[in-house]
Amino acid sequence: MRAKLPIPPNRRHVLIGSAAAAACLAAPAIVRAQAKSLKIAVLLPRSGYLAPSGQSCHRGALIAPKVLAEFGHAVDLVHVDIESNPDVARTQCERVINDGAQCVVGAFDSASTLAMAQVCEQRKVPLVVNIGAAPQLTEQGYKYLVRNFPTGGQLVTNGLKLINDLLAATKVEPKTAVFLHANDTFGTAQRQAMDRIFPTAGLPFRLLDSIAYDPKAQDLSVEVTKLRALNPDLVLVVTRAADAIKLVRDMVRQHFEPMGIVSPGSPGLYDEEFYQALGPLADYPIYNIPWANPKTHMTQALEAAFKPANPNFRFAVESFNVGFTFEALLIAADGFKRAGTTDGPELMEAIRATDIAEHVMIGSAIKFDAKGQNVGIPSAAVQNRNRTPTVVLPASIATTAPVLPMPGWQKRT
Amino acid sequence: MIALWRGLAPRTRAWLAGFLALLVLTPLVADRYLLSILTLIFYFAYVGQAWNLMMGYAGQLSLGHALYVGLGAYVAALLWVYFGVGPWLGVFAAIVIAAAFGGAVGWLGFRFGVEGVYFALLTIAAAEFTRIAFDHLAFAGGSGGLFIPYEEGRLGQWWNLRGGQLLFYYVALALAAGGVALVAGLTRSRLGYQWLAVREDEAAARALGIDAFRAKMAAVLVSSAMTAVGGVFYAFYYNNLFPAQIFDIGRSIELILGPIVGGLGTVFGPVVGAFILTPLGEGLIALTARLGIDAPGMKAVFYGLTLIAIIYVRPSGVWPWLARVIGVTERVP
Amino acid sequence: MLHPGHEESARRTSMIWSIYVNVVVQGVLTGLVYGLMALGLSVIFGVVRVVNFAHGEFAVVGMYAAFLLFRSLGLDPLVTMLPIAAAFFAIGFALQASLINSFVGRAEHEQFILLVGVGIVIANVLLMTFGPDARPANLPYGFDSYLIGPLIVDKVRVYSAIAAVAIAAALFAFFRWTATGTAIRACADNLAGAAVVGLNVKRLYAITFGIGLACVGAAGALMVTIADAAPSLGPAYTLLAFIIVIVGGLGSMAGALIGGILIGVSEALAGFIIEPSMKSMFSFALLIAVLVLRPRGLMGRRA
Repeated sequence: MRAKLPIPPNRRHVLIGSAAAAACLAAPAIVRAQAKSLKIAVLLPRSGYLAPSGQSCHRGALIAPKVLAEFGHAVDLVHVDIESNPDVARTQCERVINDGAQCVVGAFDSASTLAMAQVCEQRKVPLVVNIGAAPQLTEQGYKYLVRNFPTGGQLVTNGLKLINDLLAATKVEPKTAVFLHANDTFGTAQRQAMDRIFPTAGLPFRLLDSIAYDPKAQDLSVEVTKLRALNPDLVLVVTRAADAIKLVRDMVRQHFEPMGIVSPGSPGLYDEEFYQALGPLADYPIYNIPWANPKTHMTQALEAAFKPANPNFRFAVESFNVGFTFEALLIAADGFKRAGTTDGPELMEAIRATDIAEHVMIGSAIKFDAKGQNVGIPSAAVQNRNRTPTVVLPASIATTAPVLPMPGWQKRT
Repeated sequence: MIALWRGLAPRTRAWLAGFLALLVLTPLVADRYLLSILTLIFYFAYVGQAWNLMMGYAGQLSLGHALYVGLGAYVAALLWVYFGVGPWLGVFAAIVIAAAFGGAVGWLGFRFGVEGVYFALLTIAAAEFTRIAFDHLAFAGGSGGLFIPYEEGRLGQWWNLRGGQLLFYYVALALAAGGVALVAGLTRSRLGYQWLAVREDEAAARALGIDAFRAKMAAVLVSSAMTAVGGVFYAFYYNNLFPAQIFDIGRSIELILGPIVGGLGTVFGPVVGAFILTPLGEGLIALTARLGIDAPGMKAVFYGLTLIAIIYVRPSGVWPWLARVIGVTERVP
Repeated sequence: MLHPGHEESARRTSMIWSIYVNVVVQGVLTGLVYGLMALGLSVIFGVVRVVNFAHGEFAVVGMYAAFLLFRSLGLDPLVTMLPIAAAFFAIGFALQASLINSFVGRAEHEQFILLVGVGIVIANVLLMTFGPDARPANLPYGFDSYLIGPLIVDKVRVYSAIAAVAIAAALFAFFRWTATGTAIRACADNLAGAAVVGLNVKRLYAITFGIGLACVGAAGALMVTIADAAPSLGPAYTLLAFIIVIVGGLGSMAGALIGGILIGVSEALAGFIIEPSMKSMFSFALLIAVLVLRPRGLMGRRA
């Protein structure tokens, strides 16, 4: 699609111009023959306010073709920056399908993902959601959408269960907790899930309050002051990338030392800047999220490919975004192998029937239910130790035991 | 309407008819990507036109017009999700509510003499206030969002805006064309002349007996009502709404770029502006991809530079210049 | 909530009281730095009458400049604030004399587009240069706080607040007691008159824009001690600066600082009492109230 200049002012020119324009606009033929590899378009927000996460996912997408090849899958990727803007997501989705993409992966941002879902549904192109927790993504009735990521509800359920396990493992008995979350899509989804699930989760402590903070806030000093006033034993947080740093920083300054900071499932506590900004103060928060299983061959291959391609980034820190993005591409490639065709409806059917035993994230095989949701994604309890995310529960894949309560701020060197 | 058409020079009529015909026939030859871009262009041409009414004609700078888009979208979507009331009916509720908000903003501004940049900030504050309010409205989904289900069985119900790209293309085209006609009609009416008088010199207009307050309020009411219809379209086109996205100040800014670049206070300015800016954005994406530049943000840098260049070289907009070039005159009184 | 006994209740009340004082004090300190940023806007808008919608982006550039100097040379932003301000002065002077001057006196929407374009370019150049992640300046005393009785006050906030006040005072002195400062005020008060008495208005505009940007640069350097630099912060800061300037009163330096304090405190209190995610609502409501009821702000002169 080229931006055209105004048509010159002459009737004959206008006619010729229109005919030429019409010829240029004619739809390109989309090849549906027996292709050797699957052309997948990866749409991610690499600029705009979601850029940090989008770029992290992108790093996973870049190394995927090589790793997938090692496991017998051939994919051809197209990368698009949707600029954290649903309008761009929609038109770019149309464009990539025009250019021959047979499957779409994305997009981290729920609004953009849904914009793309409209297109994929109408054009019968499978959309595999790599990351996106809004429960409604798989509730709206789209036939061409599958999500290999837990919903906010699943994250919270698994997260709370793990907290129980944590308390049992460390023999700690907190009496009270406060839930602090960002007032954005993800945080609200978690909050709604918490409101629903916490009362029946059988946890031994009381939830004193739920505090929503403005994700655009420059600092969280007021929020931490509020926490101080309530003085809970545990702080349950759902933060975004940069907020976790502000949270801990203000806690340190205000001398507020809860027994533990636990996230039922959110980014922020394991970002590289978090470690760099806080140093030893970054240790000991725990976050319960799906995590890469270090024992599978695929994870090891992924890590081996990641290191040389990204010398400035640690796989341990990026494995969440990288792992899920890779898995989405794996699902598409695996579906292609079984379907034997790039034809939309057949490919989608194959993808819905996915059953991949060995993959990257912990948990049993990747499978989708009738709505296209993978309901079997468990969480692991991961704790920051020595500025590195370390799995502490479940014991089967843990590399060390969890530590609770966390040591005081002033005691750390 | 007929009078409007008759009032145009034959040359203008030819251009207009030809252009419209081209747009109506485009889906026959165009691919979906182009159609999706055109749909976006029509949408921005329409809401830009609505804003143009308030700014270009009545001279009131609103930097919070996303407020009306969002209100229109949410009202229609809520009515559909909760009560099954289709957008063809819901749009009226959307118009009423948006106009009420617009009226409130206008009343606050005009009654208390808030003008220029101050009025612009008032509009920003109103939009931001509403955005945060919607973030906390549980029944509208709060910041978690409001979702319209995709029901295959309803495909084809065009009055409920359930359909494919083609449906939305034509609805958007109708909106854009309707917007142009509406503004053209209004500006040639008595009210339109009152607006111009107030815009040029409010004191003199008052001296002539024009009720400036009423004229300005009329502009705000029509503008906000018009914009709300765009919001209804948006809600059913994307099927999901998030306060942080739809009330965002970035969107308010986005929708006024077109009319300013195209030509404020002209009937075709917003259309021209939309036809320049949206393809510019898409074209830059394609260009940076082709040049192999994989730097997120590069496209936006070019976009910003282009905006600066356009406003520097053609401050009154591209359309007045373009109109001269193709020999069309727009009767700007 | 809990229902403790009488003694408990008294202790809790005094504790809650001290918490409120804490919140207010933090609000004041933060507000002073925001006030410095707003000061730059007030100066530019009050004199040159250009609506700088890229104001926040310039502040972010200041943040990155201080961050860079800290990361590479280990210099404290409180120190580098001065050379950064000087550099920004030069940039502002050049920018005004070249590009912005032709937009003075033009319609607001044209200035708006120009500066929106400038803002977009700045934000995305920052994105491409530094990446999207938030960059903190990890000052050695960044985690320290002063304990004054029941008060816990962050050291960084105290230092930056003091610096902000110092700069504002210097500016005040400049405008009050120097010839150039007086000339600039003359331009603001009566442009035609100023030209008539032979003041070089163009040059004075450029100086004023330079001063305004110098304030912004300094404020940015101070802000990086309390917030992290990120490319996307611009629009929020622009909006904040405008709110403060309107509430405090255009053309009043004290007004900008007082407006900053007022906004800082009200947001902090609103966040504490109601819900933190709603605290901006309060500022916007305040803005609307001021615009409608007292448009010249708290300390602005009558137009």
